[in-house]
Amino acid sequence: MIIPDETGRPDESPISEPTPVVAAVPGIGGVPGAVRVIRREAVYFALRNKKLVGGLTVVLVFLLVGLFGPVFTGPDPLAYVGPPAQAPSGEYWFGTTTFGQDVFGQFAHGLRATFFVGFFAGLLAAVLGMLVGFTAGYRGGLVDEVLNMITNIVLVLPVLAVLLIIAAYLEVRSVQVQALIIGVFSWPWVARAVRAQTLTLRAREFVDLARLSGAPVRRIVFREIAPNMASYLFMVFILLFGGAVLFAATLDFIGLGPTDGISLGLMLNYSVKWSALHLGLWWWFIPPGLGITAIVGALYIMNVGLDEVFNPKLREM
Amino acid sequence: MRRYFARKLLIYLLTFFVAVTINWMIPRFMPGDPIESMLTRAGVRTPESAEAMREYFNSLFGLDTPILEQYFSFWSGLLRGDLGLSLWLFPQEVTTVILNAVPYTLALLIPAILLSYWAGNRFGAYAARRKVMDNAVLPVWYVLTATPYMWLAILLAWSLGIVAGFFPVAGGYSFLLAPSFSFEFIASLIAHWFLPFLSLFLVAFGGWAIGMRNLIIYELESDYSNYLRALGAPGKLVRDYAYRNARLPQITGLALQLGVIVGGAVVTEIVFSYPGLGYLVLKAIESGDFFLLQGVFLFIVIGVLVANFIVDIVYVLVDPRTRVGMGGTDA
Amino acid sequence: MTLRVTGLKVYYRTLRGDVRALDDVTFGVEDGEIMGVAGESGCGKSTLGKSLIRLDGRMRYVEGRVDLDYKELPIWDDADMNDFRYKEVSLIPQYAMSALNPTRKIGLMVRDLLESRGIPFDTVSAELERRLGLVGLDREVLGRYPIELSGGMKQRAVMVLATLLNPSLLIADEITSALDVSTQRAVAEALVGFRDNGFVDSLIVITHDISLVYQIADTIMVMYAGKLAEKAPTDVLVNSPRHPYTQLLISSLPEVGVRYEGKRLSGIPGSPPALLNPPSGCRFRDRCPVAFDKCGEEPPFVEIGPDHFAACWRAS
Repeated sequence: MIIPDETGRPDESPISEPTPVVAAVPGIGGVPGAVRVIRREAVYFALRNKKLVGGLTVVLVFLLVGLFGPVFTGPDPLAYVGPPAQAPSGEYWFGTTTFGQDVFGQFAHGLRATFFVGFFAGLLAAVLGMLVGFTAGYRGGLVDEVLNMITNIVLVLPVLAVLLIIAAYLEVRSVQVQALIIGVFSWPWVARAVRAQTLTLRAREFVDLARLSGAPVRRIVFREIAPNMASYLFMVFILLFGGAVLFAATLDFIGLGPTDGISLGLMLNYSVKWSALHLGLWWWFIPPGLGITAIVGALYIMNVGLDEVFNPKLREM
Repeated sequence: MRRYFARKLLIYLLTFFVAVTINWMIPRFMPGDPIESMLTRAGVRTPESAEAMREYFNSLFGLDTPILEQYFSFWSGLLRGDLGLSLWLFPQEVTTVILNAVPYTLALLIPAILLSYWAGNRFGAYAARRKVMDNAVLPVWYVLTATPYMWLAILLAWSLGIVAGFFPVAGGYSFLLAPSFSFEFIASLIAHWFLPFLSLFLVAFGGWAIGMRNLIIYELESDYSNYLRALGAPGKLVRDYAYRNARLPQITGLALQLGVIVGGAVVTEIVFSYPGLGYLVLKAIESGDFFLLQGVFLFIVIGVLVANFIVDIVYVLVDPRTRVGMGGTDA
Repeated sequence: MTLRVTGLKVYYRTLRGDVRALDDVTFGVEDGEIMGVAGESGCGKSTLGKSLIRLDGRMRYVEGRVDLDYKELPIWDDADMNDFRYKEVSLIPQYAMSALNPTRKIGLMVRDLLESRGIPFDTVSAELERRLGLVGLDREVLGRYPIELSGGMKQRAVMVLATLLNPSLLIADEITSALDVSTQRAVAEALVGFRDNGFVDSLIVITHDISLVYQIADTIMVMYAGKLAEKAPTDVLVNSPRHPYTQLLISSLPEVGVRYEGKRLSGIPGSPPALLNPPSGCRFRDRCPVAFDKCGEEPPFVEIGPDHFAACWRAS
């Protein structure tokens, strides 16, 4: 798994310095306009960045398959539709399982679960991490100490082990619960990174100006600090999305996935359980794993591309 | 420096405390009755044996005593090293079952972690300096690190194990052999060890290599690197400094990744039916053996905490600034 | 030492084309001379400083010649240039405060650097400690990490390091920008002291602060938009500048003892042209109060008085 950048770069901010035009207009009113300037330039480079566009395309393709595939393959991925253990053919694109289930149907349905968990777990972890990080960095003092301690504790806890224990005791597991528990334990590195960024930004002039003018804390956070970190937070979300997908697949593979339905990790579990390896039913275990690898890999590459877009120094000549 | 270690120890103790508490709390506060579910999973048939088992479980879980007493007795059992009896391998003690499995897991983890870390750092550093190599290998590393551990294990098992037949894909050693110090047995051990090890190694390697590459590039572009070059320092000196500085955040990263690699070992063992902790996890879940599962969980937590502490020590040794009383990772 | 720069062009490669940061620059620096290079951001002064010692990633040598003591400096060749770096040409960088490896004790870093350049540390260690004392640093600084020193102390340490091998030419790039006024004075005086004590032969001091170079430089060279505007002995440039840009620069400086109500500060409206596709003719034309037709043709940088050069049709 990718090691998040912040652990390696304590000082480096992926946020480029505001252009001189922007810096000349500090204060509450100025920032939205400044953000627009940054965004326009970002969009220009974003559309031209091969990694970003390529990665996004791959992710979108899988998303479309997940959204619309099941419409064609039928609502029940676990139905027995054909002769067992068939290799891929025109009729069954990914072949069938040892029970005669349509592998492609399972794949398409599984993608839905994958995207669902990735999105919501990533979102939850991002929100939690941001809240904790902002608060710790902005308030400082005792609040900071306490939040830091909590962050460190959750950080050191081996996530998979904890997920194991929780999932094992649950009678019924749904995709929502899975997303919930993954999200609840994935935020610490985000909190740390956000805290570091907040500390840097807090000391900047335009925040002091806002404070002097008596703006409430919430307003300062949302109007001054957050827009500057927007680009970074977006990249964080992408990493969290990828991480959640991997965690979910791992849980599913161990047998602690959603008790209903199908997912890519669960397909891997079934294929191993029912000796697909020994029987040579490669079409059963290659697509799901390939799908996960492709989606997560595309997300990581998108992230590298985004880093180049937001950090002009990285743009290649 | 003393402050640094004191802080770290405090966090680890608290973490252990939190983990144990979670472990204790979960079955008691989850919706549903854990004993009922254990009974169903154990497939108990007659009502009499069900009653007997229920009584047994109740006393084991201590559900008939007040909550606080349950908590303390849980801790006292823990500190005595008593993790209960395994249901799957009844009446073996959980501790025994786990201790039998731990050597296998360690045999996978320790070489995999050390080797992937070392190799990843070396190759990452090379790639950082040579654009041609960088363009060729970087995508490969991204694919490796995006690969789920179990899928690579499946691929290796299938391709090198079953299709090509080079390596066995199940067990810790051949079922035909009895453990002994003979060459044949040891060879069998190694043959069964190799594929799971390789799988763990490759995925982890990708991540380290990418990390080191990025760190080295960052160091090579830093002010002090530029200044050394401006003063005519040879490439070797600049690279040495960059490498030494890049190692520090990599060590921090190692501590953060330990939990992930352990998770990888668990699923890899499942794929290969390798008799380590991961295999125990699978069996515990399949047979509803919550005691075994709890025991493995605690073992994993302790292991990760200890490993973290070792990494902290290494960090202090490697970062010269910590000895003067500053620098080092965020506590 | 003598430095002769002839027709130097150094551009920056970018996605949208070449930025002509240094566009045909010719001048000389004499033995023992302190020359100040002044101008606003983006005029090319930092590029000039860097070109004389090390072209960094994006810079591209286009043409021109640099002679140091009548030997051509191979500035386009990174490897060949290494023989001159630190020994003949040295640099105090703009980022002096972060120019030291944070995880290495300063003394060890100096030792590593010297040894790597083939100079045994023991041969210079005594001199090193002596010079540290001259700038007000205790020798125990060598046993410290950079993070343990203040910004000013790091600056001074870097200054000593840069001049340790008695280079012929020292380039000081914006070294006072991040300092408070009293430290600025100390640093400026230290620079002059280097020259007077014979630690360096000649100095090029790059700054945007004319009032600084007025204090210490023998000659001042003003740059604008990648080209030279004017070069003259300090007194002459400050008291009787001939290029309109220099005139406006000088007049925009606040005078000591004059209140704002008494005399308004005048700036120079507008901004320098983008150097991606610079306009033809004189680059100051659009902001110049005395521009006329001939300014459509680029004025040459010619001598208009004793040691006084300017690139302006009005001045010549």
